Amino acid sequence: MPDGGAPVLDVKGLQTVFRTRSGEVHAVNSVSFQLQPGELLGVVGESGSGKSVTMMSLIGLLPSPPAEVRAGTVTFGGADLLKVREKQLRDIRGARIGFVFQDPMTSLNPVFTVGYQLAEPLRKHMGMDKAAARRRAVELLELVGIPDAARRLDDYPHQFSGGMRQRVMIAIALACEPEVLIADEPTTALDVTIQAQIIELMKELRQRLGMAVIWITHDLGVIAGIADRVMVMYGGQVVEQAPVKDLFATPQHPYTRALLQTVPHVTGARADRLNVIEGQPPVLSAPPRACPFRARCSHAFARCGQQNPPRVPVGPGHDAACFWNPETGAPRDV
Amino acid sequence: MFDAPPKKLVEVSGLKMHFPIHAGLLQRRVGEVRAVDDVSFDIFEGETLGLVGESGCGKSTCGRAILRLYDITAGSIRIDGEEIGQTSQHALRPRRPKMQMVFQDPQASLNPRMSVARIIGEPLDEHTDLSRPQKLERIYELMDAVGLNRNFANRYPHEFSGGQRQRIGIARALALNPKFIVCDEPIAALDVSIQAQVVNLLEDLQDRFGLTYLFISHDLSMVRHIADRVAVMYLGKVAELAPRDALYATPLHPYTQALLSAVPEPDPSIENRRTHIILTGDVPSPANPPQGCNFCTRCPKVMEMCHHLDPVMREVQPGHFVACHLHDPEHAKTAGQTAAPEATKSIQQGD
Repeated sequence: MPDGGAPVLDVKGLQTVFRTRSGEVHAVNSVSFQLQPGELLGVVGESGSGKSVTMMSLIGLLPSPPAEVRAGTVTFGGADLLKVREKQLRDIRGARIGFVFQDPMTSLNPVFTVGYQLAEPLRKHMGMDKAAARRRAVELLELVGIPDAARRLDDYPHQFSGGMRQRVMIAIALACEPEVLIADEPTTALDVTIQAQIIELMKELRQRLGMAVIWITHDLGVIAGIADRVMVMYGGQVVEQAPVKDLFATPQHPYTRALLQTVPHVTGARADRLNVIEGQPPVLSAPPRACPFRARCSHAFARCGQQNPPRVPVGPGHDAACFWNPETGAPRDV
Repeated sequence: MFDAPPKKLVEVSGLKMHFPIHAGLLQRRVGEVRAVDDVSFDIFEGETLGLVGESGCGKSTCGRAILRLYDITAGSIRIDGEEIGQTSQHALRPRRPKMQMVFQDPQASLNPRMSVARIIGEPLDEHTDLSRPQKLERIYELMDAVGLNRNFANRYPHEFSGGQRQRIGIARALALNPKFIVCDEPIAALDVSIQAQVVNLLEDLQDRFGLTYLFISHDLSMVRHIADRVAVMYLGKVAELAPRDALYATPLHPYTQALLSAVPEPDPSIENRRTHIILTGDVPSPANPPQGCNFCTRCPKVMEMCHHLDPVMREVQPGHFVACHLHDPEHAKTAGQTAAPEATKSIQQGD
C-alpha cells in the first residue's frame, strides 16, 4: 500500500448544499480526504450519508441548481477542479478520472451499441481514428472478461446481462487509462456470485493498471475484502478514517462500532439477537453545529450537543470525529 | 425429547408456476418461463424457513404462488391442513386471513392516499364485522405491537421513513391474526442500521404471536440470523434444503458452496483468508433451462451425467436434502472418478 508522497486527489473542506422548495439540504459538510496513487479507498455510509454526493461534487456531475458546491478545494493534477472551466473538466472526466455507477442499465445509452459507447471516449480523449478505437474497444472488452468480444461490440446494452453490463461500464471507465477510478456502489445491483466476479476483476485490473480507486458502498463485507483504507461517512461528514485492518479491529467512532456490530455474518459465531442502532439518520436541513450522531449514540454527553467534534488523530493514519475515547471510556482531551 | 413431532403448517409439493411467452402477430404461445419448476418443502408451525437465491431464481414467485396470488400451473399446497392448490380465488377469500404477506418495497406496497389507520384497518374492513371503535382499538394495538407511535395514525406513508413504512406493512399483515406470513425481501430496501431493527421486530412478533414465516431473501448473512431451516433455489428448483447450521457449516450442493463463499465477510482478517469459488458465466434463462441438472452450465464439479440427467432431491443426512449427483449413492463411485480432474481444473482457473 502506498504511503505518503503526493496524493493524486486532495479534497479539502468540501461543502455541498441542495436548494429545494422546502429549504436547504446540507448533504456534504466540510469533507476532506486524500487519495494516494494506486490505493483503494473505500467509502462506507448509509443512504443520505453524503458519500455519493461528495464524489459527484468533486467532478462537477451534480445538476446546478438544485445543487451548489459552496466551499472547498479539490486538487487534481495541479488544478482546483471546483474552479476550472466546464470544458477543461470535461477533458478530465472520462480521460483522467473514470466513473462507474451503480445501475449499469441506466448509465449506458440504450440506443447506441456497446462498441460505439466504448469508442467514444477513445476518439474524443485519445484522438484515435475509427479503426484504432474499434481495435482498442475489443481489447478493453477482453480485459474485463467478456467472451467473444469482437462480435459483442455491435450488441446493444439490453443484450447483455447485469453482470456483463457492469463489465462494459468498467471497460468504458478504463478506456483512457484514468489515474483515478470512482466506483459508486458498482456491485450493489448485482447478485453475490456476480459481485464476486466483479470484485475479482477489479483486484486484477488494479494490479495491472495501477490506478487509484474510490469505491463507494454500504456493504462492509465488500470493503473488508477490497479496500486499503476506509472512510466512514455519517450525516454528510467523515466520522472516521483508517487503514482497513485498523477500522475493523479497533473502530473508534461509536457509529462505526455500532455499524460493525449490527451486521450478521455468514461464518463464525451466530448471535441470537442483532445489535440495533436505535433511531433514524439525521435530517440535514442546517449546517451541523453538533455531532450528527449524538441522538443515536450511547456515549453522548453534553458537549456532543454543543459542538461538532473535529477529526482528531487516534492512531497511525487513523482519525475519528468524536469526543469520546473508547479505550479509556472517558471523554477525549480535545 | 418426548414432545410431539412439530406440526407441518405449510406443505408444498410439486409446485410449478410457468408463465406463458406469447409472440408474433397472433400472439401465439411460443414457450414458457419456468419460474418455479417442481418445488416441494414443508414449513413447521412456529419456524422460519429461509428461501434464498439470486435474482430470477423464482424465490419471490414461489412465495406468491404459495399464497395463491397466482393460479398455479401444477402442484399441491396445504396450509394448516387445507388444500388450496386448485381452490378458486372466490373460495380462497375466507381463508386469506390465515396467510398474509409483507412486501419488499414499503413505498410501493402502501397506498399513498390512505392514512396509516386506514391502511392497517383495511383488512379489518374486508374480513371482520368490528364496530368503528373496536377497529380503532385494534389499529392502535397493532401500531403498538410494531413500535409505531399511536399519534401518527392519521399520517400518510410519505411522512414516514423506510423502516417505519415497513412497520406499517407488518402491522397490516398482522391485522387478522394470521398463522403464516410470507416475508418477501422485507429488509432489502432498508439501510443497514434499520435492517436489524426490522429483523428484531419480526422475531419478537413471531415469539409473541406464534407466527410461521417464509423469509425470502438474497441476503445470506441475514437469513443465517433469522431462519431455522434454509432452502436454496436455483433456476426455479430447490438445490438444497437443510437446517440452518448444517447448511452454513457443511453446504453440500456446489451451488450453495459457491453462493456462500461469494458473500464477503465484514472482517478483513477472515476475508483475506477465505477462498472464494468464483462461478463463471451467468444464470441461464428460465425460458430455456439447460438439459439435465440446471446448474450444469456453471458448476465447478460438473460431470458427464449432469448434462442429461436431472438430479432428484435426496435426504442425505437427517433433514438435509440435496439435489446433486455427487451425493447420489448410486452414482457416487463413478462420480468420484470423473469429478476429480474437473475439480482441479476449476481450482487452477480460479487462481
